[in-house]
Amino acid sequence: MSAVEVPNTQPIDGRLLAGAEFTRQLAARQRRGRLWARFFSLSTVVAVVALITLLLSIINDAFGFVISTYRVDPTTLAPDGNLELLSNEELAALLPERRLGAYLRDNLSVVPPTEFPSVPLGQALPGAILPPGVAEKTFAETTVEERRSILANNLNVDLLASLVELDVVSEDVRETYTLIESLFERDRIEREYEEKFGGASATDTVKYFRSWLSLDFITAPQASSPEVAGIRTAILGTVWIMAITVVFSFIVGVGAAIYLEEYATGNNPLERFIETNIRNLAGVPSIIYGLLGLAVFVRVLEGITQGRTILSASLTMGLLVLPVIIINAQEALRAVPSSLREASFGLGATRWQTILRTVLPSAMPGILTGTILAMSRAIGETAPLIVIGASTTIFVDPSSVVSKFTALPIQIYDWTRRPQDDFRSIAAAGILVLLVLLIGLNATAIILRQRIRRSLQS
Amino acid sequence: MESQIKAGQQADISVGIARDVFRNVRRAEADGRPILTQRARPFEDAARIFLILCAMLSIFTTIGILLVLGNESLLLFINEGLSLIEFLTGTEWRPQSGSFGILPLLSATIKTSVIAMLVATPLGLGAAIYLGEYAPQRLRAALKPILELLAGIPTVVYGYFAISFMTPLLRGLLNSPSFFNPNGTEILQFYNNVSPGIIMGIMIFPTIVSMSEDALSAVPRALREASYGLGATKFETIIRVILPAALSGIAAAIIVGLSRAVGETMIVALASGAGPNYDWNPFVFAETMTAHIARISSGDLSYGSVDYESLFSIGLTLFFLTLGLNILSRWITNKFREVYQ
Amino acid sequence: MSATNSGSAYSFELKDMNVYYSDKLAVDSVTLSIQARKITAFIGPSGCGKSTVLRALNRMNDLIPGAKVTGDVRFMGRNLYDPNVDPVEVRRRIGMVFQKPNPFPKSIYDNVAYGPRLLGIRQKSTLDDIVENSLKSAFLWDEVKGDLKKSGLALSGGQQQRLCIARTIAVEPEVILMDEPCSALDPIATQAIEDLMLELVKKYTIVIVTHNMGQAQRVSDFTAFYSIRKAAEADGIERRWGLLVEYAPTEQLFSRPTSEETERYIRGEFG
Repeated sequence: MSAVEVPNTQPIDGRLLAGAEFTRQLAARQRRGRLWARFFSLSTVVAVVALITLLLSIINDAFGFVISTYRVDPTTLAPDGNLELLSNEELAALLPERRLGAYLRDNLSVVPPTEFPSVPLGQALPGAILPPGVAEKTFAETTVEERRSILANNLNVDLLASLVELDVVSEDVRETYTLIESLFERDRIEREYEEKFGGASATDTVKYFRSWLSLDFITAPQASSPEVAGIRTAILGTVWIMAITVVFSFIVGVGAAIYLEEYATGNNPLERFIETNIRNLAGVPSIIYGLLGLAVFVRVLEGITQGRTILSASLTMGLLVLPVIIINAQEALRAVPSSLREASFGLGATRWQTILRTVLPSAMPGILTGTILAMSRAIGETAPLIVIGASTTIFVDPSSVVSKFTALPIQIYDWTRRPQDDFRSIAAAGILVLLVLLIGLNATAIILRQRIRRSLQS
Repeated sequence: MESQIKAGQQADISVGIARDVFRNVRRAEADGRPILTQRARPFEDAARIFLILCAMLSIFTTIGILLVLGNESLLLFINEGLSLIEFLTGTEWRPQSGSFGILPLLSATIKTSVIAMLVATPLGLGAAIYLGEYAPQRLRAALKPILELLAGIPTVVYGYFAISFMTPLLRGLLNSPSFFNPNGTEILQFYNNVSPGIIMGIMIFPTIVSMSEDALSAVPRALREASYGLGATKFETIIRVILPAALSGIAAAIIVGLSRAVGETMIVALASGAGPNYDWNPFVFAETMTAHIARISSGDLSYGSVDYESLFSIGLTLFFLTLGLNILSRWITNKFREVYQ
Repeated sequence: MSATNSGSAYSFELKDMNVYYSDKLAVDSVTLSIQARKITAFIGPSGCGKSTVLRALNRMNDLIPGAKVTGDVRFMGRNLYDPNVDPVEVRRRIGMVFQKPNPFPKSIYDNVAYGPRLLGIRQKSTLDDIVENSLKSAFLWDEVKGDLKKSGLALSGGQQQRLCIARTIAVEPEVILMDEPCSALDPIATQAIEDLMLELVKKYTIVIVTHNMGQAQRVSDFTAFYSIRKAAEADGIERRWGLLVEYAPTEQLFSRPTSEETERYIRGEFG
């Protein structure tokens, strides 16, 4: 420790400042202190400003005016242009004739795309409701009416509506404006609309305020065009991955924590090594876990995981969050008073009975809080999913643990890196969905934490 | 007390009934063996083995990482006749044409990480000092959740922020004609290392604040009081007594932050550029190690190809780099503990 | 269980028992026999090892990493530290009540039913029976019978300790070890526990560690006095361990102690 300059009002040999001189020097020192204090508080302000700017820039991109052109004006098809008011049959009738085969092949067929034209429909579309006599025919032998009827009977209304939107209405967003531009530069937007697109008199162009985050956006499946793309496929992918991750990492993580806290004696070198190792793993970059998952789960265990699937992603994520869950669970177990363990042992309980009936129930709220926090970290993890091979061109919802998948952060990443403004806008909308999920998870954790505090007080 | 004793006497009779129940339990358990004899508890043993396996999984994970990264890297080195010197000092990374110099990727990682630390260290330390020493209790309580929120935001969102806000902002400032740039030449490319570096600094900021604050609050009260007692001002006490005493804790925080910056992927994957570029100028595009792994693996990658194996060699470099930083930080922390306990 | 009734008059016979914590001697060479269905009190200054001896009697020390017991410790004639002995059953037969009341954060009912459930008793009517009888035996029934679903933690300190005793009685032990059971209680609650002990000793062997010499005189039949020995080691660190100084019927130990150290302690000149 360096020596502190010691001011003293009693001059010793005249070497220290005294009287008015000292007061002046002290005032200068105080000024310097205040200046630095301002810098310290300013650093804190930066954090607040950064957070606000971040949120604002996302909201700014997620809402605003757009100028779109349509091939067919949706208001001529349905009241207010709301296609979901139409029935399945009405929607199927609107679909363009030359695309009917592609719809069947992409959304219903279970055979490889190249075989689809040559296989009887009963075999290509097992389980589908088919008009009488169609099961034996190949696609080429069916009539247009039969094709429309298969689509109307087997696809849900959302999907049909989005197909109509994509291929019939075919909205093309030509210009997007940010929220700030929409609020403060309406004149410029109006002028550009007039000059470039002919303004309100143009028949195929509209200018409207678009909320990119909408119920449609959340419920529509993933699609390649930003005007109709939704986030449902990605949300479902994330839900599947998280569900399996939490089961795997909770069981293994809590098991490991129980071993380390309740069985380990603390002076065994293996146990010390496990402890150190867990702390090291917590610091390994997530992309390395992605490489591990790619080599082990996707490649070596392909027979079990079927390659780049939800299962591989979940196991990779499980390993990634394991150290966090173990460390949190250890803390929760350590907080259980040892008097409870003694009481249980004193009544003749075995170790396992003591853990199951006394220690775990007491530690459970803490363990759950830690698990939720770990999950909220995992839900936004993107890098490992990219490496093990999430696909951004999946348009159908995942249906099993060995489905190919996309996920929320993957979709956000993919949309963000496209140069077009409209992709930027759906990325912002996707981020808002992700942030709402995160806030929900964290709020649950906070409520749990308060419950624990209250129950400890009573 | 009398009434209680009466209650006890009443109980005597009914305890007799309960005793009968236990006699049955006991007779069953004592059947054919002396009392207290150890009994087999297969379920208990199975549970124990399961728990040990759970704990061992973390070791298997480490072994798995080392094996996977090491094995594929080794294949690359052998198949391509690559030497470690070439790998570490080569200035070109073009796996398809047999160039495996990690420097272009490593230099970009170093550039972005250094910029991140230049942002995060002074700000983080300043905020930690403010929160720990100056801020009133209620303001502190309000600011802490904001920091937690910043720490909880997924990095892909930060990446979005970098490319849709920070890059255009910086390009607007630097590339438009000004006193420093009279001709308005393009100083800052669209993909660059400055913008992701700054955003990474903001991402790391909460880590540095919370770890440094812990270090500051661990400084014994007696030290502060000693300094105040000698007539030092608050600022002098902080700079000359508290900061030096907490230095190792703060160093550990900075190293952990650096390790996170080195391993961070999404921000650089979105904003640093789509190709390796050996140039120490941070204003031009240059892909980092993590960004390169993310970009190459997001395409269709065939197992055992040169591209595939080369990713693992980058991964191995990254693993040792971050592991080294983490071990260093813990070593410093442990030393720190010894001083004050 | 008939051993207590018909066999030896001693519950425990200790011969040259040493307890070590991480290879450091904690209690040196204790030899004593504890009579069945009597109250035996352990007294002595803090750190004299009386709690350590008590915890050695139901192998509670096993739970402390590095703890080791050597010598001969017999319970109903059987060596407790024989490798074939099951510590779980030991603790069932030799119950323990701790210094600080430690009810589980469960209802009163579930606290008492915890032990019987471990033994596989599931039938509601049997459990109800056991809970009621145990609470009656612990003089707690009248105070809580209307509200058995209430958390055990909501009771007063004295009631909590009686709940812990009821919980111990519920597994039908042969011995109840009490580690300073009244040290956290007020005088009225202490009185209640002492009355309870005098009632329980009709059926159980009781060993109690106490700081309170008055309590030892009031309730116990036999008293063991422990003390501390110190020695400076070569490395300058002081080692301390406990040992048994004197063991006699209570009345005799307090009126005619044979050891001068005992006499000084009971006169209050020590510790």
